[in-house]
Amino acid sequence: METELAGLLPVVLIFASAAFTDNILLARFLGMCSCLGVSRKVDTSIGLGVAVIFVTASTAGINYLVYHYLLAPLGLEYLRLITFIVVIAAFVQLVEMVVERFSPTLYNALGIFLPLITVNCAILGISLFMLNKPYNFVQTLAFGAGGGFGWFVAIGMIGAIREKINEASLPKGLEGPGITLIIIGIMALAFVGFSGMVKI
Amino acid sequence: MISSIALAVLFLCATGLILALLLILAEKNILNYGPCTISINKGERELNVQGGSSLLSTLAENGIYVPSACGGRGSCAYCKVAVLEGGGVIGPVEEPYLSPEERTSHTRLSCQVKVRNDLKIEIPAELFSVKRYAGTVRHKRPLTHDIVELRIELSDPPAIDFTAGQYVQLESEEYKGNDSVMRAYSVSSVPSDTGHVELIIRRVPDGICTTWVFDYLDNNQQVYLSGPYGEFQLSGTQAPNIFIAGGSGMAPLWSMLRDMKEKGIARETTYFFGALTQKDLFYVDELTALSRELSWFSFVPALSNEPKDSDWNGERGLITDVVARHFEDCSKHEAYLCGSPGMIDACIKVLGGRGMPEDKIFYDKFA
Repeated sequence: METELAGLLPVVLIFASAAFTDNILLARFLGMCSCLGVSRKVDTSIGLGVAVIFVTASTAGINYLVYHYLLAPLGLEYLRLITFIVVIAAFVQLVEMVVERFSPTLYNALGIFLPLITVNCAILGISLFMLNKPYNFVQTLAFGAGGGFGWFVAIGMIGAIREKINEASLPKGLEGPGITLIIIGIMALAFVGFSGMVKI
Repeated sequence: MISSIALAVLFLCATGLILALLLILAEKNILNYGPCTISINKGERELNVQGGSSLLSTLAENGIYVPSACGGRGSCAYCKVAVLEGGGVIGPVEEPYLSPEERTSHTRLSCQVKVRNDLKIEIPAELFSVKRYAGTVRHKRPLTHDIVELRIELSDPPAIDFTAGQYVQLESEEYKGNDSVMRAYSVSSVPSDTGHVELIIRRVPDGICTTWVFDYLDNNQQVYLSGPYGEFQLSGTQAPNIFIAGGSGMAPLWSMLRDMKEKGIARETTYFFGALTQKDLFYVDELTALSRELSWFSFVPALSNEPKDSDWNGERGLITDVVARHFEDCSKHEAYLCGSPGMIDACIKVLGGRGMPEDKIFYDKFA
């Protein structure tokens, strides 16, 4: 019983720390361009967020295997950046095809966001950050899913705030990206409060 | 050193190759929707096609050319058709182009609808007669400093059947990083000349297709066009006509006029042709000769920007003012307009003000 808990706890902790203390969007400022572009409405924000969770978790797993069973044995660790990029791109394309083929509804809800994710730096960031930590495969999956979840939470909140702020009368120069960046800045300050709470 | 470089290069090439192969295989297998049936206009025609591509390109492969100017990128919204069954939900690319009425009538952009299953669609019957033609440029003749006349001899199929006033879509070739595009131009030749199509093309600054026509297209070059499209044509009535055109808007009216002459349709016709200065005028000799020859036809060229002290004896001023000076009451007339949207809107206003009912004003707007 105790050993099982001990195995589970780090996974939950890793997920939580990746989602909140190390929030990829608000603490590391990655994936900003698609966030600014898509966060105009809550439902598109959520759509993109869910797609990101799925892709971060799966690409973190795939890239973990690629790194430890392909790059490391060959002594090609320095190629990780470029390898991860192509693996992510190919994976996203593949997923897009599968979703399009087998679930048109899901495709309309999520599929259109997948091409946006191909070049999203948050995804690549998570794949690269995981290498700095001594995680095993399951922990890596948790790290990836947590990172994606953190991004999802952040863009969901930003989308909600932007929908509300549309009704406010803003100074002309602040409309659109201007006020959005200010909002993100304030939210990032709030997320600083989490930092150091979990050390994994 | 060398071996590690070789290993890295080899590894990257192998990764790229494997992933590319994987994607190609996936596309072949996953995105294969098998045979689908497209039923057009309540079963008037049935197409058995291989699913997987857009409705627009699937129809084009089967010889039905829905007009499209952007080549299927979802930015021109010309390729609208009614998809009654099997079209799925409206995608985000289509959203901005569909009005509430179009949504209730199941209108979709055919370039954004993928053939995934059996479809029931409705298209204008005239599209059945639209074909894609290969032809050769027989001459490219400057008419003014910024307008050329293209004469294209059709080779495959060798003859076209159209009504004077209709338009075709000319396909530009790729050049200097510009993709091939299709642009609509009215046919200026007469329908009886079935082996040729003539177009009057004005240079649009930075226009992809017109730049290609002006700077890259040569005599004896092979070109492709599809057509005929459009509803702009002479009505069957005997009402007196007012033709109004500006610049390359000459084309459909020049075709209609000579078609009337050939067919002996002697409807009283006054043709107002607007240009900026004398150097922007063309076909004046031909049209003046025609007006001497035909008792029912008169030609009124008008210049809006000609220097006051020039030797021009004809009409001056905006084309709308010239028309207004000539006709007090237009309630019995029909009007045929071709030119820029601004010119057409202004003319509709003036003609309406002189008692012309709106359904007697026919026009071909080009932006």
